[in-house]
Amino acid sequence: MKHIISILIENESGALSRVAGLFSARGYNIESLTVAATEDTSLSRMTLVTSGSEEVVDQIVKQLNKLIDVVKLIDLMDCPHIERELMLVKVHTNEKTREEIKNVADIFRGKIIDVTPVSYVVEITGPSDKLDSFLAAIDAKSIVEVVRSGATGISRGEKGLHI
Amino acid sequence: MELSGAEILIQSLKDEGVEFIFGYPGGAVLHIYDALYQQEDIKHILVRHEQGATHAADGYARATGKPGVVLVTSGPGATNAVTGIATAYMDSIPMVIISGQVSLPVIGSDAFQEVDMIGITRPCVKHNYLVKDVTKLAETIKKAFYVATTGRPGPVVVDVPKDITAPHIKVPYKYPKKVSIRSYEPTVTADKGQYKKALELILAAQRPIIYSGGGVVLGNGSKQLTELTRLLGFPITNTLMGLGSFPATDKQFIGMLGMHGTYEANMAMHESDLIIAIGARFDDRVTGKLDLFCPYAKIIHFDVDPASISKTVKVDVAIVSDVVPALEQMIDLIKDSEKKPSKKALEIWWKQVEDWRSIDCLAYDRNSPLIKPQYVVEQLYEVTKGNAYVTSDVGQHQMWAAQYYHFNKPRRWINSGGLGTMGFGLPAAIGVKLAFPDSDVACITGEASIQMCIQELSTALQYKTPVKIINLNNRYMGMVRQWQEFTYECRYSHSYMDTIPEFVKLAEAYGHVGMRIEKPEDVRPALEEAFALKDRTVFLDFITDRTENVYPMIEAGKGHHDMKLRVALGTTTDRELA
Ligand SMILES: Cc1cc2nc3c(=O)[nH]c(=O)nc-3n(C[C@H](O)[C@H](O)[C@H](O)COP(=O)(O)OP(=O)(O)OC[C@H]3O[C@@H](n4cnc5c(N)ncnc54)[C@H](O)[C@@H]3O)c2cc1C
Ligand SMILES: Cc1ncc(C[n+]2csc(CCOP(=O)(O)OP(=O)(O)O)c2C)c(N)n1
Ligand SMILES: [Mg+2]
Repeated sequence: MKHIISILIENESGALSRVAGLFSARGYNIESLTVAATEDTSLSRMTLVTSGSEEVVDQIVKQLNKLIDVVKLIDLMDCPHIERELMLVKVHTNEKTREEIKNVADIFRGKIIDVTPVSYVVEITGPSDKLDSFLAAIDAKSIVEVVRSGATGISRGEKGLHI
Repeated sequence: MELSGAEILIQSLKDEGVEFIFGYPGGAVLHIYDALYQQEDIKHILVRHEQGATHAADGYARATGKPGVVLVTSGPGATNAVTGIATAYMDSIPMVIISGQVSLPVIGSDAFQEVDMIGITRPCVKHNYLVKDVTKLAETIKKAFYVATTGRPGPVVVDVPKDITAPHIKVPYKYPKKVSIRSYEPTVTADKGQYKKALELILAAQRPIIYSGGGVVLGNGSKQLTELTRLLGFPITNTLMGLGSFPATDKQFIGMLGMHGTYEANMAMHESDLIIAIGARFDDRVTGKLDLFCPYAKIIHFDVDPASISKTVKVDVAIVSDVVPALEQMIDLIKDSEKKPSKKALEIWWKQVEDWRSIDCLAYDRNSPLIKPQYVVEQLYEVTKGNAYVTSDVGQHQMWAAQYYHFNKPRRWINSGGLGTMGFGLPAAIGVKLAFPDSDVACITGEASIQMCIQELSTALQYKTPVKIINLNNRYMGMVRQWQEFTYECRYSHSYMDTIPEFVKLAEAYGHVGMRIEKPEDVRPALEEAFALKDRTVFLDFITDRTENVYPMIEAGKGHHDMKLRVALGTTTDRELA
């Protein structure tokens, strides 16, 4: 099953490689990993999407907690949460497909942020599976390139992940 | 007080109470060596290879419980230390390793003797630090010791760029009395409910067994373990790392378990309905094939590391806590309980265990004209009255040491279990002897292992650490040969060296005493003579039966109840190796 692990980690050089190294050394799978500083500059927030059996994910959480630089973490799947990912898609367009792609983008609340006579860049945010659906909805042959940020997420309600 | 980085480093170690640094100099640490030269409190032990420094510091740490300290230069000095760091990591040994690094401005430029020590050691340390600011040096050293010694212990590397230690840059020095790290909380306590659940399982058990390991040694919990075991009256088995945490000569002790464990320990594990695991991590050498592991048992697991819980074997009750308070609480709860474990059931269970014990799985041919390695270990036990510190290398000799030297006290049995590092024994023995100069220290080794750090014989002479080297010389990498005999139809691929040195001469060349012992009747007198030479390192080269194998053995893919036992006594003596 998919898990979204949200991690507060010391904003130190090398902290990212400790997490990445843990996953490669122990053979855990990383679907995506995003990281950036937070409002507290001494901390980074990392969102890691992984999947595995309950036992494996349990070990992943324990092993992450064991890293000295990890301050706190939660598995967002354990609570109501919001998941968002940003995707930029460059597609070929022609007379025939311009309208159609725009319509699909609208349905997905996407924006067209770059236009040339023969291409669009579409920007879409949403849960990762919504982005998958968009890609499935347009003609695969028209896609020039896809850039995805990887999922980030936050829990719903007043409580938050902080120190 | 204003000090240079090098002086801060040395002063911090002094303030930390460090007695010994095991090290080897080089360009990146010359400022530090200069500061070391100008003081007398800390003794520096100059090894002959950085691997030796790490194992010596490790041996010192295992024997004393205090962190071992290592100082190496950048590049090759640092990489030579990696095997020893990984060895300590796998067995959770507290160490602080200070490695020199090239100066900050040239890091990343492939400078002379530059390696990414932080990157290289990341997977085999508890934590590591690169010092980027001399004003943070003292605090970083304090943190390194704090992390290394608390919770589940482990090695910590502090990588120190040369410019940080420059003599002309002086900054105020103050060694912090305490540090806290917001992202690190090593003191965990389990909740009461878990103890109650554990008690219920203990009271209901019909065929219980205590399986305890290195965590009891690391956490200094032998007293509590012994009290708990006596209170319950259950059989107890130890892992290789746990030997000595419960007295081996006690009748409740049924030997080591696992791949080369006793018949009674493995059978009792297999048939048990309750396993009380204490500071043990269900290593694959212990469990054998996981699907076949202890099919009837509920499991209670005491461990300080949450990640050890249900890592390989799912447990029913987890008590995540330091072993001492956890066992104390458990003991109180059992004492306070009106209900007690069933005496009747325990009696039946013990009868079964005694039946298993009666097959005498460690018996070997005592009438052989050749020296049996087991006999040497038994005689060593007698000559040292069971009081020696025994280090070992890796192989058959290590298993015989574990099986035939009965460790009655913790921290006396010092070996590399998790990584299984050949070359560990001799430097570790030197580290132990420095800590306990008045105690007997023996290194049980094999002719292959001893050659991996043989150069430390020179260190032993320089620092007058008279250890006794018990070389069980079977002219084979015996452990490898045994596997080849059992699983590769006796194809002895490269498990033999036909140019084994003359160890007596070698020992003499290093300034020590060498003895070669070829007959069983000479074993005892040789040992007595060697231990009587109080102030000499003695290399005892025992020419043993080269066909001897370690039994019992659980072969790969088998369960605990499926052990290979010695077929018939005496058959191995004249056995020709195919
Ligand atoms: C050739 C060879 C053969 C081997 N054969 C065998 C064999 O037959 N049988 C065998 O048992 N081993 C054998 N080993 C060793 C094996 O590889 C493992 O090293 C060993 O089994 C691990 O021991 P342990 O479970 O006690 O764990 P350790 O590695 O000692 O780990 C200690 C555990 O205790 C915990 N702990 C640490 N401190 C505390 C504390 N203060 N409080 C509570 N918990 C704490 C840790 O978190 C950890 O889980 C062999 C090794 C070699 C090289
Ligand atoms: C550094 C290292 N290399 C290889 C091994 C694999 N290995 C395990 S035991 C062994 C043979 C040890 O031979 P010896 O020291 O003579 O001991 P014996 O088994 O004969 O008692 C080898 C090569 C190891 N454990 N460590
Ligand atoms: Mg050998």
